Amino acid sequence: MIFMYNPFSLEGKTILVTGASSGIGRATAIECSRMGATVFCTARNEPRLRETLTMMEGEGHHFIVADLTNEEDIIALVEQLPQLDGVVCAAGVSALKPIQTVKEQDIRTVFDTNYTAPVLLTKTLVKKRKLDPESSIVFISSISGNGNIATALSLYGCSKSALNSFAKYAALEVASRKIRCNTICPGRIETGLLQNQTMSAEDIEKDIAKYPLHRYGRPEEVAQAAVYLLSDASKWITGTSITIDGGRTIV
Amino acid sequence: MEKFIELFAEQFDEMDVARLNPETRFRELEEWSSLVALLVITMVDEEYGVVLPPEEMRKAQTIQELFDLVQSKL
Repeated sequence: MIFMYNPFSLEGKTILVTGASSGIGRATAIECSRMGATVFCTARNEPRLRETLTMMEGEGHHFIVADLTNEEDIIALVEQLPQLDGVVCAAGVSALKPIQTVKEQDIRTVFDTNYTAPVLLTKTLVKKRKLDPESSIVFISSISGNGNIATALSLYGCSKSALNSFAKYAALEVASRKIRCNTICPGRIETGLLQNQTMSAEDIEKDIAKYPLHRYGRPEEVAQAAVYLLSDASKWITGTSITIDGGRTIV
Repeated sequence: MEKFIELFAEQFDEMDVARLNPETRFRELEEWSSLVALLVITMVDEEYGVVLPPEEMRKAQTIQELFDLVQSKL
């Protein structure tokens, strides 16, 4: 028998990934499966969740359709889950809204998905004791929530700032159960979320010029950091954040 | 009382209900913390519809005393 030393492995771990139907969530589900985890994928869109499952490696993965902006769905989701070793909250929405155009409903829409949903999911998982000791919760946030201020992104940025704060409060309160909470703050990643925004090719070119590594990130580059935060290699890391932005925030 | 002790135990991360009885001085339990205290206050509110004033809660030393305090507010 060959002994494989790999503290980054997710072998034997059961991981829940939200927003697994696209973008960073999908990439995270795929990377977790490649690292040996059993993955439970959730999102609203069933066909796209099924597609994610076909892209994953190994057997025994599952999907559960849920709208996490609905607390009843969160409760139903958590009831269907087995004991977990990790969660990645990757479901998120963006909105390009200059402050003068913001409506009350816009605030609710962005905060419901980016802030309230991960908060209530964390609450329910902790309360129902679905997280085993030494499990890890990873919140996908953004450099927009970390002081990287951009025009028309106030709703998105503020929702991510709130999420960053919540992760620290949660880290403190669940530490007695040896559960860890961390965030990942990516710069712009090439996902549907970005494509949905009304940026011209020229705008994008100008924006990319602000990145020292001169490109946007790829979903798997965020997913691989999530794997690290889920793995035993990060056992003493809690209440902190990993910035993955091609150097965007150093300039 | 039995039900109350069960609910009380549930507020801890890990607590064998067999370790608790009406005479237990819960503030002396190693696992007792300010977070558990807040969870107990919330539990009493949700299960019994009683809002425990912190200064009265502070006087309760044993589970029996806490239970009696809740009963007196019902």
